[in-house]
Amino acid sequence: MKKSYNFGYYMAEGFHSIFTHGLMSFTAVFMIVACLLIMGSFSLVAVNLEQELGKLERENEFLAFVDESFSREEAIALQNVIETIPNVSQVSFTTKEEAQQNYAEKYASDKNAALYTELPPEVFRDRFSVHMEDLSLMQQTIDAVEAVEGINGHQAAPEIAEGFLLVRNVATAVALILIAILLLISIFIIYNAIKLGTFTRREEISIMKMCGATNGFVRAPFVVEGMLLGLTGAVLAFFLQWGVYTLITGAIDTGHTIQLLTVVPFKDIWVRVLGAFAGIGLLVGTGGSVLAIRKFLQV
Amino acid sequence: MIRFLDIQKTYDNGTKALKGVNLRIDDGEFAFLVGPSGSGKSTIIKLITGEVEPSGGRLMVNGYNLNSIRLKQLPYMRRTLGVIFQDFRLIDKKTVKENLEFAMRAVGASPREIRKRIPYVLDLVGLARKEDRYPTQLSGGEQQRVAIARALVNNPKMIIADEPTGNLDPGRSLEIMMLLEKINELGTTMLVVTHEKELVNRFSKRVIAIENGRIISDETGGYYKNEEII
Repeated sequence: MKKSYNFGYYMAEGFHSIFTHGLMSFTAVFMIVACLLIMGSFSLVAVNLEQELGKLERENEFLAFVDESFSREEAIALQNVIETIPNVSQVSFTTKEEAQQNYAEKYASDKNAALYTELPPEVFRDRFSVHMEDLSLMQQTIDAVEAVEGINGHQAAPEIAEGFLLVRNVATAVALILIAILLLISIFIIYNAIKLGTFTRREEISIMKMCGATNGFVRAPFVVEGMLLGLTGAVLAFFLQWGVYTLITGAIDTGHTIQLLTVVPFKDIWVRVLGAFAGIGLLVGTGGSVLAIRKFLQV
Repeated sequence: MIRFLDIQKTYDNGTKALKGVNLRIDDGEFAFLVGPSGSGKSTIIKLITGEVEPSGGRLMVNGYNLNSIRLKQLPYMRRTLGVIFQDFRLIDKKTVKENLEFAMRAVGASPREIRKRIPYVLDLVGLARKEDRYPTQLSGGEQQRVAIARALVNNPKMIIADEPTGNLDPGRSLEIMMLLEKINELGTTMLVVTHEKELVNRFSKRVIAIENGRIISDETGGYYKNEEII
């Protein structure tokens, strides 16, 4: 029963304290907004990069050549076997005639076009274009396809796959480091805002302790204050992020030079963005206030 | 009840504040603790309120063994005590009533309990009509009455008054001491730390004198005799 009386008190005290130290509270909220915006923007760039990389990855393929001793029917039958191999997402069959035609079209504008276009289909072999789910497993997938009876040789560009993986790993690492740094900065700012509050109220805290208040009772209003600051910053940052993202995606959609990029619409990700901002805001607010009040509880 | 058994206290800087103190204050008693500066009076108060731990000996306060008390139990032990300070330690931005509410909220009292208890306590200390005043609008004597009301509001078993009249003129000091006596007569144990010889001698209560970390006299109905320690 007593806790319910206290809840109203915690909320009122926490809310009141925000306005008592208005400037510091404003600074804390402002810095949380700034940190969340930077974190959010970078994360959204990462989300879009991830989508683009995913698309490019799905387009990445290797060719598996069919043994010349296999008839056309035997060769086509291999498709079902290859499709059962783990990590294979899509398999398409190309006859040697189609391959010759594609080759000729590819080099039609070359100055030595005749050299390529007049190659007979016998020079080519029937082949499968194999797409993969996970590029990092490219070599294992090639080995598995090569092991299929009737497949003899392959053509792959592992350096492209490695490039994709490198870009993704670097982007993930940079995003994580940046988020960790900004998170620490945010906690430090909240810590200072709450610490100022606890410092000016240290006399009250010592009186409370002397009256027999528990640490939880003393701590709660400050935690509420930190949570309110964190949540306010999160909500403001969310709306700003929404505006900034919409502006940028609008510019990309109407720009003629960057039509190749497709951007994830904000309506598809707003719940995740709001959830992440609110979670980080609460974490930063609670963490900062718990750290700030700790010293003053030792009475 | 307070029980000191061969209590010793040595601070981290090596200062030996108490050198084997034996003391017993029973429920309902009124006792003065007197002694010169640095004699160990403040250390005794800090030990009772749990601000410091004894270096040796056994210490019991209102049924709590402070040698082995867990940190989580300390607030509940403190709820059996009311503490009054020389400098009142009131919150200036809160009214008299709010200062008392603040103390009651700290122990989780319900709004109903708060509404019921505060007028009674304010009436007891003679401030029934000043509940909406701020401490800065009150005289020193009245501020100390508010501090007494705050110490009393959670109905403690014992009140510890640390130089309660140190900032007051003789007339107000007598009034405050008479108020403490009245509260004691209502059943609250009273330990008053003071320097004021005339005041102590006027009340003819138990006087515990301490010097250099040792109790040098403990007499019921005693007097504050040593002229030099004033």
